[in-house]
Amino acid sequence: MDNIRNFCIIAHVDHGKSTLADRLIERTGTLSAREMTDQVLDQMDLERERGITIKMQAVRLHYVAADRREYILNLIDTPGHVDFSYEVSRSLAACEGALLVVDATQGIEAQTVAHYHLAIEHGLTIIPVINKIDLPSADPQRVRQELGDVLGLPGDEALLVSAKTGQGTDQVLEAIVQRIPPPQGLPNRPLRALVFDSHFDSYRGVVAYVRVIDGCLRAGERVRLMRSGKEYEVSEVDIFQPALRPVPQLQAGEVGSFSAQIRNLQDVRVGETVTTVNNPAAAPLPGYEPAKPMVYCGLYPVDNEQYGDLREALEKLQLNDAALIFEPETSAALGFGFRCGFLGLLHMEIVQERLEREYGLNLIATAPSVVYHVLKTNGDLVQVDNPAAFPPATEIEAIEEPYVQARIITPNEYVGPIMELCQQRRGEYQSLEYVSAGRALLTYLLPLSEILLDFFDKLKSKSRGYASLDYRYSGHRPADLVKLDILLNGKPVDALCAIVHRDEAATRGRQLAERLKEVIPRQLFEVPIQAAIGSRVVARETVRALRKDVLAKCYGGDISRKKKLLERQKEGKKRMKRLGSVDVPQEAFLAVLKLEDR
Amino acid sequence: MRPPAGIYVHLPFCQRHCFYCSFPVSAGRRPAARQRYWSLLLREIDLWAAWWHGENSVATDLGLPCPGWAEGRGQEGEGFVSLYLGGGTPTLYSGEELAGLIQTIRRLLPVEATAEIAVEANPGTVTRPQLQQLVAAGVNRLSLGVQARQDDLLARLGRGHTSAQTEAAVEVAREAGVPSLNLDLMFGLPGQSLAQWEETLRWAVALRPDHLSCYSLIVEEETPLAGWLASGRLPPLPSEDEGLAQYELARQLLGEAGYVQYEISNFARPGQESRHNLLYWHYDNWLAFGVGAAAHWDSFRWRNLSDLLGYEAAMAAGQFPLAEVRPLTRHEQMEEMVLMGLRLREGVGEEEFRRRFGCSLHQVFGTALDRLETGGFVQWRPGGRLALTDKGLPVGNQVFTEFLLD
Repeated sequence: MDNIRNFCIIAHVDHGKSTLADRLIERTGTLSAREMTDQVLDQMDLERERGITIKMQAVRLHYVAADRREYILNLIDTPGHVDFSYEVSRSLAACEGALLVVDATQGIEAQTVAHYHLAIEHGLTIIPVINKIDLPSADPQRVRQELGDVLGLPGDEALLVSAKTGQGTDQVLEAIVQRIPPPQGLPNRPLRALVFDSHFDSYRGVVAYVRVIDGCLRAGERVRLMRSGKEYEVSEVDIFQPALRPVPQLQAGEVGSFSAQIRNLQDVRVGETVTTVNNPAAAPLPGYEPAKPMVYCGLYPVDNEQYGDLREALEKLQLNDAALIFEPETSAALGFGFRCGFLGLLHMEIVQERLEREYGLNLIATAPSVVYHVLKTNGDLVQVDNPAAFPPATEIEAIEEPYVQARIITPNEYVGPIMELCQQRRGEYQSLEYVSAGRALLTYLLPLSEILLDFFDKLKSKSRGYASLDYRYSGHRPADLVKLDILLNGKPVDALCAIVHRDEAATRGRQLAERLKEVIPRQLFEVPIQAAIGSRVVARETVRALRKDVLAKCYGGDISRKKKLLERQKEGKKRMKRLGSVDVPQEAFLAVLKLEDR
Repeated sequence: MRPPAGIYVHLPFCQRHCFYCSFPVSAGRRPAARQRYWSLLLREIDLWAAWWHGENSVATDLGLPCPGWAEGRGQEGEGFVSLYLGGGTPTLYSGEELAGLIQTIRRLLPVEATAEIAVEANPGTVTRPQLQQLVAAGVNRLSLGVQARQDDLLARLGRGHTSAQTEAAVEVAREAGVPSLNLDLMFGLPGQSLAQWEETLRWAVALRPDHLSCYSLIVEEETPLAGWLASGRLPPLPSEDEGLAQYELARQLLGEAGYVQYEISNFARPGQESRHNLLYWHYDNWLAFGVGAAAHWDSFRWRNLSDLLGYEAAMAAGQFPLAEVRPLTRHEQMEEMVLMGLRLREGVGEEEFRRRFGCSLHQVFGTALDRLETGGFVQWRPGGRLALTDKGLPVGNQVFTEFLLD
């Protein structure tokens, strides 16, 4: 076990995590040059396109170190985005050490800090790596200073590398061997293996990624999942090369995967402990909290006939994305669809994009919502993730909404505008520290709902792209919220209502009504738009009725030409939803997302 | 009982291509091309005459319907009630050529003695002897493409004439003894003011035509006009409200002058309605000869090839120059009868609909009908006719769309 090192790479988005992984894979000869593609570990097209890691991967590297011994290095890749910090913490639990990569041109960013704290919580050895030193604007000295000042790391121990050119790769490999401790498990004890991820394969069934803590996991043996109590015969044990390669067994300290013709992903929850049936361990390993969705939205097929296809697609996505949850939902406006829960906005966007791109679906998504805690006057406490399902105001005693602690790192000159933004978004100031001479770390408590819409965009525009953000759920807090109803032609439209702060309700109502007036086309009938809180109308707009649309032209006897025009017009109408006598285009349901600056 | 039937003949040649035109038109002054087309047309008429008399087995292979009135052939009151020479500019042909065409058709197909025989013309292309020849050949209606009073607006449209030429053409028509005269006018033109439109209307009324058509300019894709409007080379089109005001002004002024609006864009002195166009709006039958011409016969629609070369090749091979023959479903026929009928102010008759389809309008279009009636866009008129109201008239397209069945 002395020759095993389990490690991960953590970094702020774009600081070069996947590129460094590529260099390590290449340098250790795990893949030939012909097999190398950029970002080897990012398998999804979306990941390569967006340059982000969504789903973590793992790979086993063989490395002959300076001491002439051969080491097995298990590299577990981690996602870099805030939405996926849950997946980050899962991979951390399978490691003893972490490479903390920081961009030499940018320095420490919000997610650097967040990931660092997570890694420390898991008791990992941290190796600071300063990347991109080949760039002219690189300032490794400043980054070293920041590592010391903000994270208390010995900055002079940081390695200087360029993942792009390969400079410093050997030093990184040596540091992994020398600084990260070997795993501490006991090979002779009964088997205990921690499931840290899984994916679904149509031939093998569920492929569970495990870190063996004690004992040995062998192919052909019967195993028990200690929490679910289910038993299976292990059909295959594999290591990551990075493609799966069968091996007879995984020893204590090793990382790999097993499959056992498990057809249901729910049976092998992440955080499970695997033991053997014949010689079971006494107690399971500490598990993880399952990921809780923070953001919900309704997904509806534009064409109702695609409802069944949408369900199938969601089921398939869920096989590889345990954090995605969904249940059937019906909207008076949009018909049959699903209420879906996501880890965050990016997760939501990615799922929508995959549904449309990989499954050819045409979807309407309702505005995202957080989960509210509502105490009713009859004493019931209910969780509401859909504004349309909000109880009537008369039945509400109190409402709580989720808050997050947001860390923002920004050059000093943007501190003012950013504090103003946080203030506008009902933020509560917590602290202001200096990261280095020119940069500050701001901490705010913010309602999650205020971050959902366009907070990140606004933050970027107020800081010319320099500020970085990370946030963590910090509990629910009481809030003075009201339901804003939108009425078209006097009838409330469930898919358009929103939960907003009482002080902002009138303003939001006005903006929403104005925006709807722009996107709803003029039609035969006048369309009154109202925004209301309870029975009080706070805004009113009208889409004027169409006044002239007539084909006063003689096409001779060519009926088909006349009809083509009418049919084109009808096609346009078909793409809209008819609510009562109003034709509403899809954009209307997103109007709430696109409100102008407040 | 058979529906009445008519014949449309397309003569595609113009002196020049108007900037807004998207019809199958061939601009150019080469008389040889016109004469060549004329002789091809006679061949096509031969083919249709054979079809008519049940002598052409090819027709059924092509999916054409059987003319279906063999037993009534030749009887009084069962022949074609209209013959319409449209274009293009038919009057680019000489009086002899047009008269020859009419005579050929009358010889081969039963055109009623009382039939309306109409010819389209553009000012600047007609002469008195030519029109006299037409009248002698039975032409009883002339339709002049006048469009506007203002010469600068005419130039903007690419029209090849002036208002002086219009006045001269009207005079020549009168002298030649043309019994019924129609003027085509256009509104909604780039940069056209309400005052200009009023001037055009008053001037046109003063020319004392029997019939007036007021068409709103439709900017068709891929016409020069569409490009120039997009690039700002032309002044913009009147706004929706201005266009509506122009339309309402036409209705008002022409009404005051004794013209009855009987269709969305057509006005006539009593008894002077276009017999031929009424066939379209009543969804009756019509044959169509010539390049790009479109026909409707019972439960079929068909259309000729719209390019001259293709048309010529088909004629050379002795084949029908068809681009498409389309059998219509019952639903399509119902839709089309209503779409066409609602254009008439008298509307579409419940009785006629029931006679053709064996069910009521309400059975087929109930939902749309109720919605539109409640909204005041359509109404039932005395005698059981469903018609657009004054409120529904200017938004006809929206109303018609509601009547499209899935």
